[in-house]
Amino acid sequence: MTNLLKGFAILLLLQFVGETIVRGADLTMPGNVVGMVLLLLLLLKGIIPIEAVEEAADLLLSHLALFFVPAGVGVMVYFDLIADQWLPISVATVLSSFVVMAVTGWVTQKMEQGEATDAE
Amino acid sequence: MLNELTATPLFGIGLTLVVYVVAQKIYIRFRSLFLNPVAVTILMIIVLLLLLEIPYGSYRKGGDMILFLLGPSVVALALPLYRKRSEINRNRWPILAGVFCGAAGSIASACGIAWVLGASREVVWSISPKSVTTPIAIGLSEQVGGVVELTAAIVVVTGCLGAICGPEFCRKIGLRSETAIGLAVGTAAHGIGTARMLEVSRLGGAVAGLAIGLNGLMTAFLLPLLFLIFG
Repeated sequence: MTNLLKGFAILLLLQFVGETIVRGADLTMPGNVVGMVLLLLLLLKGIIPIEAVEEAADLLLSHLALFFVPAGVGVMVYFDLIADQWLPISVATVLSSFVVMAVTGWVTQKMEQGEATDAE
Repeated sequence: MLNELTATPLFGIGLTLVVYVVAQKIYIRFRSLFLNPVAVTILMIIVLLLLLEIPYGSYRKGGDMILFLLGPSVVALALPLYRKRSEINRNRWPILAGVFCGAAGSIASACGIAWVLGASREVVWSISPKSVTTPIAIGLSEQVGGVVELTAAIVVVTGCLGAICGPEFCRKIGLRSETAIGLAVGTAAHGIGTARMLEVSRLGGAVAGLAIGLNGLMTAFLLPLLFLIFG
């Protein structure tokens, strides 16, 4: 329990530091992504032991999908705009998603195989 | 009285959790990928709000509190990365190249297809950051003159799509490496895709989480450039 609360405190603190950096340096990145990078660095340097955050982090990550629900429900406000141009919107969204998966996956796998043969 | 009750945060939080638990039960019972719990939850809540004539603004009071948890969750994505650091470090160049090509391919294909099919300029820019995680996508859409709410909607739909059929599609097109599959799903379908990858494979989930940040960075760099040329 204490570890759970400690973990949440660390995650929120790092998000806050991330937001501060983003505002201060006028970055287009969201503060929580900067917070993720900070946490990774602190873990790698051994400044934060993994035991201090893992209980809270694993709890949040096991329900990650739930936190997107409210943003999805927001779609209902824009039914009119979507209905108006539904064809380009839906075709571009669906096709482009498959294009991205194919391109990313193929490039990564090809290069992995290339590096594996180089190493042999 | 109903109006007063639904305008409290209790309503939005309660409704979301109850529907989510039901959606998970449905998913476990039927094991169909098309019954993805997030997609089903979103649809059921929209239908309920419309049927009961409850305005979205009332739901949002509680919804915003759930959305708030997305912030610390993104910070928490450092953990799977840390646990898989040696595998990731070994494959750093394939990972960087894969996400870069994916980010460029996402902008090009999304804008290209929408433009060819006659979408308005505003809609084309709204679709452009569609594979990036919600908070980054919203900021970028604003920067290039898109409709922020439309972008948020498209981002969530993209995420659900990737979560529903991403891992299966990747195997169908011949991807075998866990790193490649995780990266593909994370680059295309950000956090919602990552949530699904975390269920499928530990390495895949970690790499998908990494892809959220990398794709966000690269799109945040590429999109404003494109806007300078075509905007």
